[in-house]
Order: sequence, then structure tokens, then C-alpha cells
Amino acid sequence: MESLTNAIQAVPLNHYIILSALIFSIGVMGVLLRRNAIVIFMSVELMLNSVNLLLTAFSVYRGDAAGQVFVFFIMALAAAEVAVGLAIIVMIYRNTNSIDINVLNRLKW
Amino acid sequence: MTTLIIISVLPIVLLYLGLYKMQKALLPVTILGLLAALVAAVMQWGDNAEPIYNGMLLFNNFSIAFSVVSIVSTILILLLSKGYFEKISSHIAEYYAIILFALAGIIVMVSYHSLVMMFIGIEIMSVSLYILAGIRKNDFASNEAALKYFLMGAFSTGFLLFGITLIYGASGSFDLDHIRDYVALHPRDIDPIFFTGILLIIVGMCFKVGAAPFHFWTPDVYEGAPSLITLFMSTVVKVAGFAAFLRLFSASFILMTDFWAPVLMVITIITLFIGNITALYQQSFKRMMAFSSISHAGYLLFAIVAIGAGSANAIFVYATAYSIASIVAFGALILVRQQTGSDNFDGFNGMAKRNPFLALVLTVAMLSLAGIPLTAGFIGKFYMFTGALSQYKFWLVIIAVVNAIISIFYYFRVIIAMYFRSADRAEVEVPPYYKFVLGSAALATIVIGVYPSIISALI
Repeated sequence: MESLTNAIQAVPLNHYIILSALIFSIGVMGVLLRRNAIVIFMSVELMLNSVNLLLTAFSVYRGDAAGQVFVFFIMALAAAEVAVGLAIIVMIYRNTNSIDINVLNRLKW
Repeated sequence: MTTLIIISVLPIVLLYLGLYKMQKALLPVTILGLLAALVAAVMQWGDNAEPIYNGMLLFNNFSIAFSVVSIVSTILILLLSKGYFEKISSHIAEYYAIILFALAGIIVMVSYHSLVMMFIGIEIMSVSLYILAGIRKNDFASNEAALKYFLMGAFSTGFLLFGITLIYGASGSFDLDHIRDYVALHPRDIDPIFFTGILLIIVGMCFKVGAAPFHFWTPDVYEGAPSLITLFMSTVVKVAGFAAFLRLFSASFILMTDFWAPVLMVITIITLFIGNITALYQQSFKRMMAFSSISHAGYLLFAIVAIGAGSANAIFVYATAYSIASIVAFGALILVRQQTGSDNFDGFNGMAKRNPFLALVLTVAMLSLAGIPLTAGFIGKFYMFTGALSQYKFWLVIIAVVNAIISIFYYFRVIIAMYFRSADRAEVEVPPYYKFVLGSAALATIVIGVYPSIISALI
């Protein structure tokens, strides 16, 4: 455990922040640019996981367990969201035979 | 705390009732349970609240007041649900259970004392709402609403979480008091990621409460979801979102007003104009109410922009007024839709002749939403504008008054349709439950409008 903490701390904290921000941005661009509901969904998961990574890094650097505990909360809630989200996508697929979000245009101004 | 336990256990009881086919008992048990939770909440009223569970939750007067508003609105909405869910499916216990799970999340949202609990409360509520938006499984509009709400909700959760993480990284704690102390102890050398964190939290919260420019999901979701669920989303959920928003900013970031108040002020002004001007062009009453809820989000943001001692009270009064008026408006819409099958304004034509009671309560609700004196809506707007004026935000108030005038046009369209357009129509049947809910809500609107002191000095 001690060596793991040392290994994480061998990399400067700023690098973790930049890496997480990059992964988060990839997720945001994925949500905004992709048209397939499943891929959008994966991009959202990417955003959440970049947050998990950053929380762990902060937690190790501060020697405070609260950040790592929060990671477990995020994982549990992400799993709940996956369950509900995939059910909704299956429901859409049954009605339209497509998971392209361009079919979602019946509600307009 | 007892409130939260009752509201968390109640849905599980309901699921068992559904399992044993006791459909008739569902609504009475729900209402009784909620009344017990209400009593438990009121009993905790007092000035010496302490954070519980290692500083995770704090049930102070602020959270009790907002819990009471949420529970009372939910009771009224559930009374309107009599006979509503049966048309969708025969398994109705689940609908009640999910609504109550959402309410449990809302109670956490208004009483958190740590960013962890704020996130968990928001997520418990949101995940329940994703399901509720899509309960009409074969209706395409409902499907679309559910998917849009889900994708946008999950997307905004990402922003909120990244903001929380950056704040944790800078201050080293999720506790609201510790974050405030961090800001107080570092007046000049606050970590730059703290500022980014605040901005990301603003983005996440504005998504959740539906403030422009993050409002684009609101009209589609509100229109596509079943009317009763839209009612729940536009009243209880919105009020809880603002309570959570205010709690965070007044507890933790109050010393950094110079940084975030201008950002929120721009968001407020955009929200007001987009909500009100787009509402003018709507042909559907339901979609008009969706844009009206965006514009009300703009007025509610006033209390956060002009944050101060009176903010909690202003949001409380405004939210109460807005919730009860919306309950009347959507209740009337559900009845009209059952008769005519459409959400359009035309459905209300000539209603005053056949249904004088329904037309009267709907008129009171519309006047309250428009902010005409002697209704609760006016009192709410009055507190909001007073708060902004006390901080010399004159331009903001002038813009808000202009917007209030614009809003009169679309609210009065309904009144004109009911009283001055003639149409051949049969009487809309108003069940006794609806009479009770709509009548008492309209009465409360007028009573609060005439004697605002009964709720205005609570928090």
C-alpha cells in the first residue's frame, strides 16, 4: 500500500489534473458529436471515470480517504444509471428499430 | 431524519402491496405515510440543529421548510393521480414507489451538509425521474422525453461531479463548512481549480433546474412526459433544485460573490428572455407551461444572484406560490386533455360557460403565475425584486419587470380562451378529488396573496 501511494505521488499532481481534464473533454465531445445513443452513453461513462481518476489522485495526495469513498458512490450510481439508461434505449429500439438519436425529432417548437 | 426514513421505507411497503395485489390500498397508504413524514418534519422545527452522521446531513429550519413544501406538493399531485396511472398499466404500485423514491432524493437534496450527499440526493431523484418520464412505453413522445432527459441528465451530472472534484482538490474536504473556512482562510491565494470548480457546478446545477443556456432539454421533456409527471418535475423537482443550489452557494461560496454573481446574473437575464419570448409563440398549453417554468427559473435565480439573509425566504415564498399555481394549471390540463385529446389552447375555448369552477380556479392560477397583486405569485415576485433592489441591481429588476409584462400576454391567452371564445363543448367532468385539490390550491393562492405574513417569516 505504501509503495502504491509512493508510485502515485511520483507523478506531479498537475499531470493528473491535465490527464483527467483531457479524458473529460473527450467524453464531452463524444456526447456532443456522436449520434449513436450507446456511444453517447459510453462517452458519459468516460466523463464519470475521468472524475474518479482525479478524485483518487487528490485523495492520495492529501492522505484523505473521503475522496476514495466518494469514488465508490460514483461507481454505484453510474451502475444504477446504466441499468435505467440501457432499459430506456431498449424501449426506444423496440419502438423505432434504431438507436440513432436523429430519430428523436417528434417534439419540436 | 425520521422524515427521510419514513419516505425511504414507504415505497418498499408500496411495492409489497403491489405484489399482493392490494391496488385499492396504494393511494391511502401513500397519503398516510406522507402525512406521517410531514408531521415528523414539522416536529423537528427549532433553532439548534446540528449536523448528523459525521456532518453528512443537517436538518435545520431551511431543510424542514423545503421538505414540507415538497411533501405537501407531492400529496396534492398524488391525489390528482387517482385513476391516472391505471390507464397506463395495471402495475401501478411501481409508479407510486418511484415517485416516493424521487421524493426521498429530494429530502436529501434540501438537507445535505456535504457535497457527497448533494450528489447522491440529486442522483436518486434524477434516476427515478428518467424512469417516470418514460412510463408510457408505447408512446413515442414519452420514449423520446425519457431518452433526452436521461442523456442530458447524465451529461450534466458529469459536469457537476467534475466541479465537486475540483473543489475537493482545492479545499481538501466535501463538508460545506470546511469549504467556507478554506475560502475565508485563503483570501488571496485560492487555488485556481477552485474557480473552475465553481463554474462547473454552476453549469451542472443550471442544467438540473433548467436555466438558459442549459434549458434546451426542458420543453421537449416536459411536453413528452405524461402530464402528471411533468407536473411533478416542474414543481417539486424544480423547487428542490433551487433549494440545493441556494444551500450550496449560501453555505460555502458566499465569500466569493464577486466571482460568481456576474455569471449567474447573465444566466438569469438570458433565462428570463428565452423563457418568456418563446412561450409567446406556443400553441400547446403544456409546452407553454414548460417555457413558463424556464422563465420562473429565471425569477428564482434572483435570490441566488442577490444572495443575502432574505434569499432562503424569498425562494421559499416564490416556490410555494409557483408550485400551487402549477398544480392547478396542470390539473386543469389533465381534465381538458381527457375530454378533447389535445394539449392546445383551443381545448380551453368556452370553458367558463360549462365549467365555471374549473375556469375560475385556472384563472386564479394564471393570475398568480403572471404575478398580479392579491395572488401568491405577486408576493413571490415582490420578495425577489426587493432582494435584488437591496443590492442595487436596478437593471436586473427593470429587465425582470419587462419580462413579467411579456408573460401576462401568454397567461391571459388561456383566460381569454375560457371566457371570451365560444365553442360547442360538453361539460368537463371534474372528479371530487380534483375539486378538492384545485379548490384548496386556488384558495391557498389567494390567502397567501392577501396575508403573506403566514409563510413569509418562516425561515
